[in-house]
Amino acid sequence: MAEVLVLVEHADGEPKKVTAELLTLARTLGEPSAVFLGAPGTYAKAKEYLAQYGAAKVYVAESDDIASYVGGPAAEVLAKLVGETSPAAVLVAATADSREVAARVAAKTESGLIWDATALSADLVATQGIFGGSTIVTSKVTKGVPVVVVRPNSTAPEAASSTPAEQTVDVAISDAAKGAKIVDRVVEAKSGRPDLTEAQVVVSGGRGLGAAEHFALVEKLADTLGAAVGASRAATDAGWYPHQNQVGQTGKTVSPQLYIAVGISGAIQHRAGMQTSKTIVAVNKDPEAPIFEFADYGLVGDLFNVVPQLTEAIEKRKAG
Amino acid sequence: MNIVVTVKQVPDTWAEKKLDAADKTVDRKSVDNVMNEMDEYGVEEALKIKEAHGGEVTVVTMGPAKAVETIRKALSMGADKAVHLTDDSLHGSDALATSAALAKVISTLSPDIVITSSEASDARGGVIGALLAERLGLPQLTQARKVTVDPGASKVTIERLADNGYALVEASLPAVVGVVEKINQPRYPSFKGIMAAKKKPLTTLSAADAGLDGAAVGLAGAASAVVTSEPAPPRSSGTIVKDEGDGGTKVAEFLAAQKLI
Repeated sequence: MAEVLVLVEHADGEPKKVTAELLTLARTLGEPSAVFLGAPGTYAKAKEYLAQYGAAKVYVAESDDIASYVGGPAAEVLAKLVGETSPAAVLVAATADSREVAARVAAKTESGLIWDATALSADLVATQGIFGGSTIVTSKVTKGVPVVVVRPNSTAPEAASSTPAEQTVDVAISDAAKGAKIVDRVVEAKSGRPDLTEAQVVVSGGRGLGAAEHFALVEKLADTLGAAVGASRAATDAGWYPHQNQVGQTGKTVSPQLYIAVGISGAIQHRAGMQTSKTIVAVNKDPEAPIFEFADYGLVGDLFNVVPQLTEAIEKRKAG
Repeated sequence: MNIVVTVKQVPDTWAEKKLDAADKTVDRKSVDNVMNEMDEYGVEEALKIKEAHGGEVTVVTMGPAKAVETIRKALSMGADKAVHLTDDSLHGSDALATSAALAKVISTLSPDIVITSSEASDARGGVIGALLAERLGLPQLTQARKVTVDPGASKVTIERLADNGYALVEASLPAVVGVVEKINQPRYPSFKGIMAAKKKPLTTLSAADAGLDGAAVGLAGAASAVVTSEPAPPRSSGTIVKDEGDGGTKVAEFLAAQKLI
């Protein structure tokens, strides 16, 4: 069976859930080989997780260069592995960093690139929702090794224990790849909430909140549900919530089990980022808001009454 | 500073977008087309760099003949000149082929800085900045929410958006900078700007003029192909309830019934 390379998505070695999803998907396509790229000493934290999700092999490339430069070094190492292993496919998570690496790998290896795939069949036909999810296309790479950028939350992760063979990758990064040096990393908001794109539940706030401080209502509801917090573009444009949390076109695309939209009208730009959510609940005082056209449960009412009551009701159920 | 900014004409966000039935490329004929909204932030940032450090802003686009409307918009915002790569053979180019073609044109302009935006609203790949950096062999300063250029030291520093904050990233010029939408407030073209745009230099290049290999571009050169395309099953609206004072409790009941809490 041909290898399928999976780029491990992690934060300082701590694997993200999407890594398990990619390994699960890779097992349906061939022999899953995890590719771990990170700073020296970080692999140890991922090792057990990769074995738990059935990696048959792990290529380990630890280097300060990989962690210290944007794009170039990671793409160079991954492209070299593609050249050496001739895999059936390369799977990469649809995160800001990794999709850029995937694009560069496709360019370097003269391969086709498919982004935001929500499914990938055994014969490597990918499914994507385009135009904000209004059209579903299937597509296929016709040149080189398919490099497929897969959306988090599209595959249910299944454990499959293995004892992966580890192979240390010789990392010699060219000077050309070391152009964009990361000189500092600044943490602005450490929320302790799950990542927006990985979360099973997302609670988002919009224009209806009226002010930055009212996001506390959304956060409280989110915390009761163990959810991530999102925001519409209107809310981030107004400076009420960080841009990083924006859901929709020009922001993040999410597909959680449950999406709760608070004070969001549901214009096309927002819809593009959340309409593949399994269940959508909307609270909005405007009965004409477009979000009610596609919400599974819509409540027409004042969010300042509804949301605290909802938070309390969930807390009661949890306690009871 | 020799500043290059890329723009793309796309179907209007509010238009109903679809694929052409025959060749499964984006149907650009039956809809209103506009400058990709994100590109307005790119043009604005290019103009700001010019205003701070002097120099010239060149707009580069690839697209059908009518993409010239988008060029005019960038020129009326204040860009100095433009290059329009247009050829029937380019129709259907994927992101990889497009980046190669743009890189070829951009390299002949010897830029100090290449500005691009974070994504186009039609394809939403968000990869053009990374691809241009790869093709041009330049540093990749993408996802920038702030750009600081120091022409004296031939250096550019950006704040690269990260999930919980940002990374401070620096590079020597020339470099490719990809900007996100919160970086600035794009200006509206003034009447004077609109009039002046009509007289600004515009170079139109065919694929052959640009030295592109016909087999590597367009649908023929694309590295992926659409197999099938169909409208997504409509998401029907569910239960809509008016709040009678117990709305929050009702939502909780719904969530419990769905086993979501």
